[in-house]
Amino acid sequence: MQLPDAEQLLERLAAAIRPDLQPDTCLVGIHTGGVWVARRLHALLGLSTPLGSVHVAFYRDDYKTKGLAAGVRPSELSFDVEDSHIVLVDDVLYTGRTIRAAMNEIFDYGRPTSIRLAALVDRGERQLPICPQYVGAMLTVARDQVVQLRRDEATGRLRLELLAREGGR
Amino acid sequence: MTGNPQLTADGRLRHLLSIEGLPAEILVQILDTARSFVSVTEREVKKVPLLRGRSIFNLFFEPSTRTRTTFEIAAKRLSADVINLNIATSSQTKGETLLDTVANLTAMNADMFVVRHAESGAPHLIARHVGPHIHVVNAGDGRHAHPTQALLDMYTIRHYKGGFDQLRVAIVGDVLHSRVARSEIHALTTLGVPEVRVIGPRTLIPAQVERLGVRVYHDMAQGLRDVDVVMMLRLQNERMDGALLPSAQEYFNHYGLTAAKLALARPDAIVMHPGPMNRGIEIESSVADGAQSVILPQVTFGIAVRMAVMSILAGNQG
Repeated sequence: MQLPDAEQLLERLAAAIRPDLQPDTCLVGIHTGGVWVARRLHALLGLSTPLGSVHVAFYRDDYKTKGLAAGVRPSELSFDVEDSHIVLVDDVLYTGRTIRAAMNEIFDYGRPTSIRLAALVDRGERQLPICPQYVGAMLTVARDQVVQLRRDEATGRLRLELLAREGGR
Repeated sequence: MTGNPQLTADGRLRHLLSIEGLPAEILVQILDTARSFVSVTEREVKKVPLLRGRSIFNLFFEPSTRTRTTFEIAAKRLSADVINLNIATSSQTKGETLLDTVANLTAMNADMFVVRHAESGAPHLIARHVGPHIHVVNAGDGRHAHPTQALLDMYTIRHYKGGFDQLRVAIVGDVLHSRVARSEIHALTTLGVPEVRVIGPRTLIPAQVERLGVRVYHDMAQGLRDVDVVMMLRLQNERMDGALLPSAQEYFNHYGLTAAKLALARPDAIVMHPGPMNRGIEIESSVADGAQSVILPQVTFGIAVRMAVMSILAGNQG
């Protein structure tokens, strides 16, 4: 299966978001891939508002079965979330459960005026009523496969990879 | 089944009973998780929903205000329900009644016990007898261990020093009777601190403590030289009455941390104390409140570290 070029998808995503930008729009990336995408979008869109990140481990709905993930990182929302306009950014949108967790976390910082959702890739199969406003590409992927975003440390370039799903996390 | 009663069959932390025998990766996971909880406690809503619906029982068979309070705050910030039980014990109260207490609380659907007990090994005993869905945290047992205190101390050291592998750390005072010291020594050596020193009078340093990988000093001037971290221990008042020490004043003269003695350590050395402090006995007030003291940040970090421990344990079902 031929995966789309992540760099092209970034351009497409930026172009889709651009007309809706308000002066105070803040991007919030979801760890880890969503943060990479948000960082690139922040630069492509020339934003001067702070770039936020959330690590949703404390809000996940599978804690009871999977426990707390190792490698939790602090969330950083250095702007005032109250009355803000947020574009939440993730790399691969799938069941929607991560997005629910991220929104719950954001609301513990304050009540935003709006949250919109941007995903580099949407692989469908939602289990919750969550719908993105901005999508780089739709992708049909078998359930036993994982679409993963990779980042080249040296150049910062992003690319997509298809992997077999492992047991557990 | 692994040999360590604290771990699940696949090596995840199920109970926290002592630092001894835990791999460095688990200690680091706790410190990393605590870092995220520190940022949670700086938000407007200082709670996360992880332990919603769980019941945590603080079983304090020995009085403690600070430790119990920080465990209570930590559990509440994880959205758990907390029940505090201060159980006054007579000297006759031993194994069987302890387990009866635990069995009764288990029948009330407890999910976790935080245990402080004057007898070494009491939390181990409880952990051996609880069902697979129940977790036990040792909040200090006898002279044996106080693992969450050691972990919050490690968090504090990492926060101020950035890491462990270049450090010289001195633990000062009544090492013999101190569960804190024992846990700290295990934590420091496991995390790769190259030089751990213990400093104290001969009567208060356990025999063969060198086997734990520490250097022993009986002289503050030698022991404090060039250290990066000074960890003071509380001198229990009851030790004063016995034959172990001549007087509080003489102890202070030799082993009390004063500005003059601290000047022998590295200029950026930090001063720690597990509390409650005996000002003027093991530490001079001006040092306790001075620029190098990180004693109050230790308390703040303690909440985040206890949140990390409880949330990691409760997620690891045996």
